[in-house]
Amino acid sequence: MLAFLVRRIAQIVPTLVFVSMLIFGLQQLLPGDPAVVLAGEDRDPNVVAYLREKLHLDEPLPMRYLYWINGVLHGDLGESLRMQKPVLALIMEKLPVTLELASIAILIALAIGVPAGIVSAVRRNTAWDYVANGVALWGLSTPNFWLGIMLILLFSVTLGWLPASGFVSPFEDLKANLAALIMPAFVLGNAIAAVLMRHTRSAMLQVLSSDYVRTARAKGLPERAVLLKHALRNALIPVITLGALELGTLLSGAVLTEQVFTIPGFGKLIVDAVFNRDYAVVQGVVLFTATAYILLNLLADIAYVIVNPQMRVQ
Amino acid sequence: MSNLADTLPARTDVSRAAPRAHPFRRLLRRRGAAVGLVVIAFFVVLAVLASFVSPYDPLATSWSAIRKAPNSAHWFGTDEIGRDVLARVIWGARASLLAGVVSVLISLSIGVPVGLLAGYAGGKTDMLISRLTDAVLACPFLILAIALAAFLGPSLTNAMIAIGVSATPVFVRLTRGQTMAIKAEEFILAARAIGNPPWRVALRHVLPNVVPALIVQATLAIAAAVIAEASLSFLGLGQQPPAPSWGSMLNTAKNYVDNAPWMAVWPGLSIFVLVLSFNLVGDGLRDALDPRQV
Repeated sequence: MLAFLVRRIAQIVPTLVFVSMLIFGLQQLLPGDPAVVLAGEDRDPNVVAYLREKLHLDEPLPMRYLYWINGVLHGDLGESLRMQKPVLALIMEKLPVTLELASIAILIALAIGVPAGIVSAVRRNTAWDYVANGVALWGLSTPNFWLGIMLILLFSVTLGWLPASGFVSPFEDLKANLAALIMPAFVLGNAIAAVLMRHTRSAMLQVLSSDYVRTARAKGLPERAVLLKHALRNALIPVITLGALELGTLLSGAVLTEQVFTIPGFGKLIVDAVFNRDYAVVQGVVLFTATAYILLNLLADIAYVIVNPQMRVQ
Repeated sequence: MSNLADTLPARTDVSRAAPRAHPFRRLLRRRGAAVGLVVIAFFVVLAVLASFVSPYDPLATSWSAIRKAPNSAHWFGTDEIGRDVLARVIWGARASLLAGVVSVLISLSIGVPVGLLAGYAGGKTDMLISRLTDAVLACPFLILAIALAAFLGPSLTNAMIAIGVSATPVFVRLTRGQTMAIKAEEFILAARAIGNPPWRVALRHVLPNVVPALIVQATLAIAAAVIAEASLSFLGLGQQPPAPSWGSMLNTAKNYVDNAPWMAVWPGLSIFVLVLSFNLVGDGLRDALDPRQV
């Protein structure tokens, strides 16, 4: 286990270095003098001079990268020119909103995806299977921002049951908080439910054809016990670890969902930064997201080894 | 976008495959895939013949027809400045299909040679390419595309480049995985044994066997690229107004959802139907090209 951990961590170090180079390199895509572009429409000479010095633009590119990565390693992701705040502080301010949205979305995705996958595998090639596959295809093909607009039309405009947009802190009013988040969380969970359903179906089909399930059936266990106690437990191992990799879908989806429902989270931060030409925030958000994704991948791998005895032996 | 490297087994030499029905015929036997193909063909015809089939100029405004509900003159209704929604949906198909196909071509043109090199050369080259691929894959697809589009500047061309570059790692991984598996086959050893140079073995013997998996992944990637283009245009980073695009139409429509819902229904439905069709064809192709199905 320790050897696995060391090997896996040794693997992610170069990946993290490349990620940082890639994100630093984004700045080089800006047309013209980065200091002038980053200074915004006013192009105040003082701001331009300040940026040139702060970004070490007179130095060669490798040196500039070293200055930048040194700052990053000390928690300095740059400063938002528009909001006059450190990027990391902005991310930390917006992150809880997105995390709450993402957590509810995952619960919804699990509640739809896993049962649909089980039913689809157990009732293979029946109407249930076709319906579950249809639901998965629907989830994978629906643009979530459109689904969001359609849900607003139905539940906010037509029925008047839920607020169309906005966010209320759970510490202020929990009921209003849930009412504001249920639609965006469903929109976000929809696509992930489809992926989970496909993973669960495929894992269940594999497990159901294994010898120990046949043995469980042969010794007369009720089908319910065979499915839930023996098959599902093992089938869920890859589902949960593969599901962890859906963080990317979740964060990408959050960008659009937060835009549709005007939720002041992580996703809205990057979109607002793009339109305000606040490039340090864009870089900071991408770097933060990528690092979180890599670390979550690592955790998923470790969890997989812990729960899967075969992997431990290997 | 899912990676097919783990789901599709490496193909053996195409010419030596067991006799079976032609993959295209097997694809057409799957009802979902056949319907998907028909729908895609319909959208392609619509996009190509937009100037002939569109009932109105998609940019023509009419102050007397602002936000009119669907009627006999405007089947899909009109938008906030009196433009015909049907005309804009038809012209929007061009942007979506163009973005879908061009961005996947960008991904293929970078991903396949790089993946082939990594898989065939192995060693340090493979390690370097794999770590670079991991780095790009670590950035969520749409977030990377947004960042690239933001730094390159908002336009349909830059959106296509951003989507293409962001989707490239999937093709690198797929090509690499398939190449590594095929490299160990006997017919490759034979090709090397008779003195073929490495580039010839890679291009003439390995690449043709990677193509089926690439076709499946490319079809599914077009579906993802269509959604990505619509997403970028929805955020204002893709096709710029007043040029029609399904994503930008939805961006405007969200402000009028209470009094002109038709503005949102049709472009969204078009994205859904087109993406669903590509997914159906992709799933059908995966089954039709998978040797385990024989």
